[in-house]
Amino acid sequence: METINHLPFIVGSYAAALIIVGGLVAWIALDFRAQRRALADLELRGQTRRSAGPRQQRPMEEVKEKA
Amino acid sequence: MALTDLANPSRFLSFANRAIPWLGGFTVIVLAFGLNQAMSAPNDYQQGDTVKIMYLHVPSAWLSMLAWAVMSVAALGTLVWRHPLADVAAKAAAPIGAAFALLCLITGSLWGRPEWGTYWVWDARLTSELVLFLLYLGVIALWRTVEDPARAARAAAILTLVGAIDLPIIKFSVVWWNTLHQGSSFGLTGSTIYPTMLIPLLIMAVAFTLLFATLHLAAMRNEILRRRVRTQRLMQASTAN
Amino acid sequence: MSALAALLVRDIRIGVRVGGGALMGVLFFLVVVTLVPFAVGPDLALLKRIGPAILWLAALLASLLALDRLFAADHEDGSLDLLLMSRAPLELVVAAKGLAHWLTTGLPLIVAAPLIGLLLNLDPPAEAALVLTFLAGTPALTFIGLIGAAISVALRRGGLLLAVLVLPLTVPVLIFGVAAANAAISGPMPFGTPFTILCALTLASLVIGPFAAAAALRQEME
Repeated sequence: METINHLPFIVGSYAAALIIVGGLVAWIALDFRAQRRALADLELRGQTRRSAGPRQQRPMEEVKEKA
Repeated sequence: MALTDLANPSRFLSFANRAIPWLGGFTVIVLAFGLNQAMSAPNDYQQGDTVKIMYLHVPSAWLSMLAWAVMSVAALGTLVWRHPLADVAAKAAAPIGAAFALLCLITGSLWGRPEWGTYWVWDARLTSELVLFLLYLGVIALWRTVEDPARAARAAAILTLVGAIDLPIIKFSVVWWNTLHQGSSFGLTGSTIYPTMLIPLLIMAVAFTLLFATLHLAAMRNEILRRRVRTQRLMQASTAN
Repeated sequence: MSALAALLVRDIRIGVRVGGGALMGVLFFLVVVTLVPFAVGPDLALLKRIGPAILWLAALLASLLALDRLFAADHEDGSLDLLLMSRAPLELVVAAKGLAHWLTTGLPLIVAAPLIGLLLNLDPPAEAALVLTFLAGTPALTFIGLIGAAISVALRRGGLLLAVLVLPLTVPVLIFGVAAANAAISGPMPFGTPFTILCALTLASLVIGPFAAAAALRQEME
């Protein structure tokens, strides 16, 4: 086999791993923030969290069916 | 019904909130240790230093298969027990599996360039990994096309299980097809793996598995929150009327 | 049984009437095969060598054509609900619809394949082998496609998604179908090996397809 410099391929592989795994982490983290902000926003507008109590589940189900 | 089981996702959320930092920290430690071991491992006498790519390539391939297995178990949970957490687990696993399948393909082709002289060879393992990647994209497309989350979950669950049956058959056919068409044998690891390379590889596999667990847990948490947002918006829209 | 027979006859009628899938499939098949020489050049030796592969690929694409309407049309006019409520097992109902689809799109392809094979310079023994692999393999394409059709039944634009979902699953059928046809034409292996595996794939898909498609329909229609 002719001697070619292997280093770019190794560096490229590790860079690809960094980009893909980093992208996943960033996407998940940003998504988490976005969802939390949306929830906080909704709570500000006076919505009760459905985890607030089991009694709230029944009306919600009706609401869902209507929707 | 999805809504009567909401207590479980709530408990799951508090568990995830506590577990994710610990799991993430542990992942970073094992990953750093594994990378250190991989970098200091001796080179293969045939392949030289490109064997360093193996420490990424093989764990990615492993994760891409693990993610489909997780999705299949979750699919059973969706279809048999109708558990909303199973829907969430299946949906969260798909993009992660696709990302690692892609990483496996990229590292495989970057490994192939110095070894085979070309970026892509229709090698049996690379080819079946490509088909697996396409199946992941199909599942993700299905999740994104069906609007109602519960229905999307059930459709994706059936596709996942059919894929789980078909994947071994695809693998077998591609290997068979490959031996039919290739005179000389290509292979990523022609030589046997020595313990000096095997141990770093195993550590990296464990690190990647931990990485998957962390990412999956975090993605599941996101998905649960996303469903809460969705339900509350629907509620708001109907009370506004 | 008579309910299933009635369904079969109804679906065949829908398939062969004007605007149905049957003739469209053959026409599409012809068009795809005609395009290939424009892409690879009119070299008859080359076309003869890759002929079985071209015909198999064209058949794979053609069998997808009418598939997205298979359950969607019944869903739209409400007859799918009746089928779901009927006393006949849904798996058999789905299998009957699959059989009707194969009879109206798969079978015409098999009849047309020898004629279209002439365009690709295939000689009679090669055409006989190709027809045999089509006969054994195209039912698998239809019955794998059933699953995709059932999954995408309620989607407005399910056609493209259907292709994306189904085509990767058909890789084994394509591999063994083309391999069997090539084995009969040029060797080196005996025709029986890939052909037997192709038959096995078809038999497996005849079982898995209706069960998975029926499960998908039940889940979708809740």
